[in-house]
Amino acid sequence: MSAPTLDRPDAAAPDEAALQAHFDATIAADRRVEPRDWMPEAYRKGLVRQIAQHAHSEIIGMQPEGDWLLAAPSLRRKAVLLAKVQDEAGHGMYLYSAAETLGADRADLTDKLIEGRQKYSSIFNYPTLTYADCGVIGWLVDGAAICNQVPLCRSSYGPYARAMIRVCKEESFHQRQGYELLMTMMRGTPEQRAMVQDAVDRWWWPSLMMFGPPDDDSPNSAQSMAWGVKRHSNDELRQRYVDMSVPQAAALGVTLPDPELALDPETGRHRFGQIDWAEFKQVISGNGPCNAERVSRRRAARDDNAWVTEAATAYAAKHAS
Amino acid sequence: MTGPVTPSAGETTAEGGHGAVPTGPEVPSGAEPSAATARRDWPLYEVFVRGKRGLNHVHVGSLHAPDDEMAVHAARDVFTRRNEGVSIWVVQANDITASSPDEKDPMFAPAGDKVYRHPTFYEIPDDVPHI
Amino acid sequence: MAHEETVYDALDHAHGGEGQWAFGTGFDDPLAGVDTTIPEGVDAADLGAYSLMLGDDALVLCQRLTEWTTRAPELEEEVAIANCGLDLLGQARLLLARAGAAGVLGRSRQTATDSIPDEDALAYFRDADEFRNHHLVEVDGGDYAQTLVRLLVASAHRLALFVRLRESRDPVLSAIAAKGVPELTYHRDHAARWVLRLGDGTEQSHRRAQAGVDAVWPLLADLSTATDVETRLVATGVAVDPADVREEVRDVLTMVLERATLTVPEWPADRPSPGRAGEHTDEMGPLLATLQGLAREHPAATW
Repeated sequence: MSAPTLDRPDAAAPDEAALQAHFDATIAADRRVEPRDWMPEAYRKGLVRQIAQHAHSEIIGMQPEGDWLLAAPSLRRKAVLLAKVQDEAGHGMYLYSAAETLGADRADLTDKLIEGRQKYSSIFNYPTLTYADCGVIGWLVDGAAICNQVPLCRSSYGPYARAMIRVCKEESFHQRQGYELLMTMMRGTPEQRAMVQDAVDRWWWPSLMMFGPPDDDSPNSAQSMAWGVKRHSNDELRQRYVDMSVPQAAALGVTLPDPELALDPETGRHRFGQIDWAEFKQVISGNGPCNAERVSRRRAARDDNAWVTEAATAYAAKHAS
Repeated sequence: MTGPVTPSAGETTAEGGHGAVPTGPEVPSGAEPSAATARRDWPLYEVFVRGKRGLNHVHVGSLHAPDDEMAVHAARDVFTRRNEGVSIWVVQANDITASSPDEKDPMFAPAGDKVYRHPTFYEIPDDVPHI
Repeated sequence: MAHEETVYDALDHAHGGEGQWAFGTGFDDPLAGVDTTIPEGVDAADLGAYSLMLGDDALVLCQRLTEWTTRAPELEEEVAIANCGLDLLGQARLLLARAGAAGVLGRSRQTATDSIPDEDALAYFRDADEFRNHHLVEVDGGDYAQTLVRLLVASAHRLALFVRLRESRDPVLSAIAAKGVPELTYHRDHAARWVLRLGDGTEQSHRRAQAGVDAVWPLLADLSTATDVETRLVATGVAVDPADVREEVRDVLTMVLERATLTVPEWPADRPSPGRAGEHTDEMGPLLATLQGLAREHPAATW
């Protein structure tokens, strides 16, 4: 393409190939791409989509646990849960910030979420039926998120990587509080132990789906890996997660609901059963148990409170000095 | 322009979220794009924090606020866990003048002195594939 | 990355290792290591009853604020409201634990098992008639304008009390108040900023803010009359007489409302607080049912 130089007639107008070469060299040297750098449009658009969906997941992810906030069974648990749900709002903000460095606009991304044009993690479309679900979300869902997210601290895009460092610092604590709740419940009454096992039974398979489809059904991965946007394959991360979770389940005294789950003595890794990808596609296509409810609450937060946002804008305009 | 090929339709990868999220093109839906949303949004502020005495202020992120006072207030909430001992600067992103090593960027020459590429510099309809 | 790490580490460090939490809310025994001996000449039952009053106000207001979580306008407000809720929850835990340590547990121990700590027994196993909070904090919060007007009134009043309570002869109440003063200052300022913006914002926000003021104002009637417990504790230097902070609270509220271009309603005639006597509105029942339901289903459980 021929590039317009407009107000900088003295600036050289490098052709696209030179810009691309410069970008490629940055990636190849494992250096970070920063907001004002030239980048291929597909890289920018892909990143905006990924970061926005990540941010949406944090914000929607407040709801399953948020549903227990008012009913948390002890004041300590209430404080832990409120702090955690608040952290998730903060994570959403860090991530929307990162997306905004790429030319996105938070309100616009929120609109896309509400209108169903951008997605969020399908895991949050499952209901939280008992208080044990809050613990299992911390242990399994946040645990899976950590496996996914730690490599993103080295994402090639600087603002995303920096946001992820903050997110990951807080996320590990989220996982520990969940596991600690489950341990406490396992030491409690028989009803509590049954609640924990039931929650594990319901969340185990969806948590495995959090890593995305198998590598041979993931044609995009090669490009994402080449760009340093993605650092490990879906199957690789899933395997790592299973290997981590099995001893944790044993320590807790719960059974993971997979009869095929077994340690392979040769590789030292766990074999596990077939994931029901038909269910995954149903949930991600909007037919999960809670899709409509999750999105409608965001819609209400936007629409019912728009007058608050507008009032502050009007006040600022009146009092601008 | 040409560039690397964008993801194929409907693909799903793991790293976009708290977990698995699709990173294929946006899901088609019956809803019209909200390009003409009339809502007035709060401006974007950049936040700089000095974690303790002896350190520089460091850019930690951004937030939206209706005015300067609310921005610094929200920054304390979000970025310092309301630590009163921490010094905070906020500034509207629009008011920052910036330069960077890659001044030869031809795509954004009109906005060359802004910190970021701002949304207003992009008017790409959502339904245009592979742009 | 080192640069960012430095600033985050410094922030974490400043919070004594609890930096990973949104706020340094302690999650363990709230009065661990604090000498809870009742000061000489102070009636333990009175001290416990007074702690309950202040603790219930915080607990119930926290519950009302938390209703906004995942529903607040803008993410910045989501974080701010959760902060206020966490602070109040922290105050409630300390004050209910103080009540328990003073031996005031009411009927809660008839159902709560020994594994449940005092503050949870009090929060989860009392019925409405044993709660001592003002009606101000229990009534439905209405829209965001009314929520913030209520927060402004409640935090202005509580702050004025806590500033004086720092001088309490009870070292525990004094310490709780000292911790609470900066928190409540922050709540009051946050609410005041918003009342200004809503009152002097758009026509719609002004109308809503005025409606919020008009709805909340009658509840001020309950705040200034000391109960017998408070009167006795004022005499022994433990409690603050709410009548003493009436003018200060009125001045603060009047100033904010006037700057917000809102009409300041007439201050209602003072009356003894029905809430302090265990008489509550119809809205208290559902609030407690939500708060307590799960805990009561499993009275022998530990969480």
